[in-house]
Amino acid sequence: MAIRSCCFRRLPVVDVIKITAEPIDPAALRDTLFDDAAGAYCGFEGWVRNLNEGQRVLQLEYEVYEPLSISEGDKILAEAAARFPHLHAHCVHRTGLLEIGDCAVWVGVSSPHRDEAFQACRYIIDALKVRLPIWKKEYYANGDSGWVNCERCAQHGHAPASSDA
Amino acid sequence: MKTGAKTITVRYFAMFRESAGVSEEALTTDAATAADVFAATRDRHGSSEPLAHCKVAINDQMASWESEVSDGDTVLLFPPVAGG
Repeated sequence: MAIRSCCFRRLPVVDVIKITAEPIDPAALRDTLFDDAAGAYCGFEGWVRNLNEGQRVLQLEYEVYEPLSISEGDKILAEAAARFPHLHAHCVHRTGLLEIGDCAVWVGVSSPHRDEAFQACRYIIDALKVRLPIWKKEYYANGDSGWVNCERCAQHGHAPASSDA
Repeated sequence: MKTGAKTITVRYFAMFRESAGVSEEALTTDAATAADVFAATRDRHGSSEPLAHCKVAINDQMASWESEVSDGDTVLLFPPVAGG
């Protein structure tokens, strides 16, 4: 965990990553980043979209290996805090079955000025995608299914990912 | 390099688990490295992915394919990830 002291609230500030099987509520999560010293907030939401590689996608299923997703996520948050100093950063990733339009991942950063919020948010989402042990299975309208990014080891695999996250 | 027969636990995830038909199993092997474990279980996970596209962890710590494996270790084989 990236732990810093916040000089305004004099409380330890902990950046956290969570894995959840419940729907993500970006508005409620955004509120957790409020800080009197924050002049900027940058949030990213990755949504499940209905088309990938020309195939109509009906549902997505995420498999998450939580122990290492949390520990690797903590490292990413600490890296982001060191590179782009900010006030607070949190992220949440879904597991389980998701429908079209569902929020699959949320990243939020607050900071005094916008540059650090944009940069930290971008760093975190880009790193999460390639480093966390999370896998995505797509279910298609034609009845097929496939693990994304696993085209050489799956009969029906497809890449790239079907959410923009 | 540590050589000789050892018993390890191999855990499969996502596509690898579906190919193997089990989420984990014991393996008695003379594999010295994580890469050796990947090769020794190829008929289980069924993957022809380049190692660079996959990841490995040993005892819940991210590891490299060159990492040595020891008797009693749990080796986690991760197919290409697709979070976000």
